[in-house]
Amino acid sequence: MNDEPIIQLIDVHKTFGTQHVLKGINLSIYQGKTTVIVGESGQGKSSVIKHILGLVRPDSGKVMVYGKDINRISKKELKEIRTNFGVLFQNAALFDSMTVYENVALPLRERTKKKDEEISVIVNEKLKMMDLEGSNDKYPAQLSGGMRKRVGLARALVLNPKIVFFDEPTTGLDVAKSNDMYRVFFRTQSALGYTAVIVSHDVPKIFKLADYVTLMYQGVLQESLAPEDFQTSENPVIRDFVEKTMGRIYDSEKVEG
Amino acid sequence: MFLLKASEALGSHFLYYVNQAGRMGIFLLRVFYNILKLPYYKVTHITKQIYVIGTLSIFVIFFTGAFTGMVLALQGYNTLRKFGSEGLLGSAVALSLIRELGPVLTALMVTGRAGSAICAEIGIMRNSEQIDALECMAIDPHKYILAPKFIATIISMPLLTAIFDVVGILGGYVIGVGLMGLNAGAYFSGMYKDVEFNDVYMGIIKSLCFGLIVVWVCSSKGYFVHTERKGGFGAEGVSRVTTSAVVLSSVAILVFDYFITSLLL
Repeated sequence: MNDEPIIQLIDVHKTFGTQHVLKGINLSIYQGKTTVIVGESGQGKSSVIKHILGLVRPDSGKVMVYGKDINRISKKELKEIRTNFGVLFQNAALFDSMTVYENVALPLRERTKKKDEEISVIVNEKLKMMDLEGSNDKYPAQLSGGMRKRVGLARALVLNPKIVFFDEPTTGLDVAKSNDMYRVFFRTQSALGYTAVIVSHDVPKIFKLADYVTLMYQGVLQESLAPEDFQTSENPVIRDFVEKTMGRIYDSEKVEG
Repeated sequence: MFLLKASEALGSHFLYYVNQAGRMGIFLLRVFYNILKLPYYKVTHITKQIYVIGTLSIFVIFFTGAFTGMVLALQGYNTLRKFGSEGLLGSAVALSLIRELGPVLTALMVTGRAGSAICAEIGIMRNSEQIDALECMAIDPHKYILAPKFIATIISMPLLTAIFDVVGILGGYVIGVGLMGLNAGAYFSGMYKDVEFNDVYMGIIKSLCFGLIVVWVCSSKGYFVHTERKGGFGAEGVSRVTTSAVVLSSVAILVFDYFITSLLL
């Protein structure tokens, strides 16, 4: 982790009503790497992503993206920073009155001056990448959960963003569909080379994707570790989580000296 | 202790409403800024909204206008006959419609038909993270979703009011002339003589203001559904906020009707 982080959260606190959700979050995200935030439901994992996206303002602390505190910059600058982002929301957040094609084409239509023919080529290419050929004219309500997520990902990737956020990408999907989603992730990340931030509780499968894993526990993020180090960490909070979700991990070095 | 709790609750309510009013004010400024900001719109964005808000309201405006004109003529004829002034029926119907009933009833009908739809649509978009998704795509929802609705409502409202007025006058004609046997020439000549440009001007100003009130109240209520005090989440939250948008918008129309009339008279 010698490079400068492209995203940094410094001592971020947030209270919703009477609930102190984030209690001093510190996190660094590095270029080209995949950082996974794990933790039990309701711990505030998605809130961390919403702070980075600028959708929620912290009560105190800093959210630095490309060296700028996104809560102290103008709307115009925030919009510019967001041009680097692609987001796959938990429920995909597709526009329900638009077809699959229109959903994926929207960022191209609104953010670029490309002609309809060019847009059509890009959209169809992205839909093919997601194994969604032939679904162009369907509406989100006509799609399965897995397909909706893949359309959401196609829309998130259509402008080739530098950083992609995944909020619970496999929640609500069966094992086969989750594996499909992971395959699509691998394929798109190796093709487009984006930095990924994933919020998930799909442990241990999600570790296969991760360069760094960090645990959200009672409003605080524990240290970022490589997946192997995470699984054998001595940190009692991490060890508890690993044992609860994966069972006791056998570490030959520790057990047999 | 009781006094302390009561004043705390009162203060909290007061702060909430001041906060909401401030939000709505900033929301309006942001939408106007985005209306004027380049790049301008693809025409299809606006025409689609004019179709949804304006064209689809014509049917209901037509019927409301016709029956309002008819009942005005029926009541007016029987009242005017007592004073032997049946000849003034055309003027009475036209002035009532153009100055008052046309703009107010059109605005109330548009609130019920299109305002509620605007509020529910935006509320659902907010609750299903579609608005967040737009912001993350660096597409400003004020420009993409709200500004076309504002432009379309402000264009549609005077046109719908004009349709209401014309259909109402013809409805009055059917009753006054067709049913009550009033002279057709007297009906229209009285109208021609008594209706002045100022009356039409007042009607247009009112309809523009009411259009702004309807779209502002309904869209901001939907946009801020998640900040509602009683919880704005889920289908119940959207239904609650839609009801409150329609009530608030209708009351605001009647209150502003008084103030605009007193200013323009």
